[in-house]
Amino acid sequence: MTLSVDDVKRVANLARIEINEDESKQVLAQLSGVFSLIEQMQAVDTSNIVPMSHAQDMIQRLREDVVTESDQHILFQSIAPQVEAGLYLVPKVIE
Amino acid sequence: MQWEIVIGLEIHAQLSTQSKIFSGASTAYGAQPNTQACGVDIALPGVLPVLNYGAVERAIKFGLAIGAKINSPSVFARKNYFYPDLPKGYQISQFELPVVQGGSIKIQVGNIEKAVRLTRAHLEEDAGKSLHEDFHGMSGIDLNRAGTPLLEIVSEPDLRSSAEAAAYAKALHTLVRWIGICDGNMQEGSFRCDANVSVRPRGTEKLGTRCEIKNLNSFRFLEKAIDFEARRQIEILEDGGSIRQETRLYDANRDETRTMRSKEEAHDYRYFPDPDLLPLSIPKEWIEQVKAMLPELPEARRNRYIEDYGLSSYDASVLTATRETADYFENTVKQLPAQAKLCANWIMGEVSGRLNKENIEISQCPVSPVQLAGLLARISDDTISGKSAKDVFDSMWQNEYGGSADAIIAAKGLKQISDDNEIEKLIDEVLAANPQQVADYRSGKEKAFNSLVGQVMKATKGKANPAQVNTILKKKLLE
Repeated sequence: MTLSVDDVKRVANLARIEINEDESKQVLAQLSGVFSLIEQMQAVDTSNIVPMSHAQDMIQRLREDVVTESDQHILFQSIAPQVEAGLYLVPKVIE
Repeated sequence: MQWEIVIGLEIHAQLSTQSKIFSGASTAYGAQPNTQACGVDIALPGVLPVLNYGAVERAIKFGLAIGAKINSPSVFARKNYFYPDLPKGYQISQFELPVVQGGSIKIQVGNIEKAVRLTRAHLEEDAGKSLHEDFHGMSGIDLNRAGTPLLEIVSEPDLRSSAEAAAYAKALHTLVRWIGICDGNMQEGSFRCDANVSVRPRGTEKLGTRCEIKNLNSFRFLEKAIDFEARRQIEILEDGGSIRQETRLYDANRDETRTMRSKEEAHDYRYFPDPDLLPLSIPKEWIEQVKAMLPELPEARRNRYIEDYGLSSYDASVLTATRETADYFENTVKQLPAQAKLCANWIMGEVSGRLNKENIEISQCPVSPVQLAGLLARISDDTISGKSAKDVFDSMWQNEYGGSADAIIAAKGLKQISDDNEIEKLIDEVLAANPQQVADYRSGKEKAFNSLVGQVMKATKGKANPAQVNTILKKKLLE
């Protein structure tokens, strides 16, 4: 699979990462390197292997359904840039 | 051309856990803003999600109730998008390997029964709430809802009309409350519907381009939005146009749908397995344990009411709309096994009418099933007339005389007069006092008969057995 500079810019935009033209080319080279590595790995026959969804071969521990957290919003909001009536204020967003 | 409407629904049911899906913050509705949003919910750096046992158990319960496959392992994934009420920048959801896969639920429209297939049901966290009222040109964010457990239930495109879609949504609404996994409160957003709608020429296989309609917070709006959307698509196609795949919002005030975003603007969610969460394993023993907890399901009860009590399919459906109603019916009919139809009529009529009027649930009904059965027994043995029964019911509702039908009938003198001699005597008096009407009837004026019945009933203050009055009066008039 070949990647274009435009692909890099689109992915950067989706991830909200600001990169300039030079960086885009640099990242393109790096990502293309990753892709060729993936291509190499794809040569291996994995048809009999169950896909892994986590790097560790362990299962999820569960917690009991009980309320253990208390209200700390005053502490949390002490580092928020702007707060009013208990709400975090952000630049207006309407979808 | 004949068009066929094809609908699939996505329903978000908020699971009735005490705490959030990945944190120990409370899920109680209506708290002050941000007082129930802990470090995990507001995504402080360094926090980690820990999965709630109760949320998984509810998802398994649902899966078993619709005969689905419970996946083990099941995997959580990150769904990435930017919005201020989603502090992590991704929603923890499931993509491949949802907890629940497949299954089906039966719906009824008119007399036709149909099984609707489900694609999947997966666990995910809810986002917070954005308030766009004016905060000096800014938006306010309340993260209390962030992290609330949701079960997203996705159907196959098996529905063919807005009526079927509503029946399906109602059947699911009944089921999730029945098995106790969701309170079903639509005003509070505990049960939300999105509809995927497309149309195709009848008789063809290929699906048309679909539009997704968001924000349908009542069954009525769901039906109206689908009807509007199907009409809109058919008009475009008949004019030679083509449908654009897009997300649309239903506006209840104007009864129309309008574009929210097109496919081109659609999010690229970049799903990938969440490295913060290990695969979820659901051992067979756990599934068996949940299976043992499941109550008799609505469909099984409905069939039992039809077979054991001879109720119509309609009556059986109404009585199984909620588990509380079904239990109420069952506890009533247990006292009066031979009078199932009478019990059904009263619960669907007088009882539910009064509950609606006072806006209370059947679980809070002041008349208990045993008390109601006491009243119905007196109707079926002709002690009181149907009319007096309503007065007795009213007294029971007010808890007069300890809410006992017999005590109320005795205290208020509502016992029906069923003694032939007594009724005959009364009729003689009425006939003697109304010679004109007697003559009218005898000369062929049928109406005069009703007037005479009315006089007799008035003389007995409504306590005479109407059937007996009719028979005796007719006999007397023929003499």
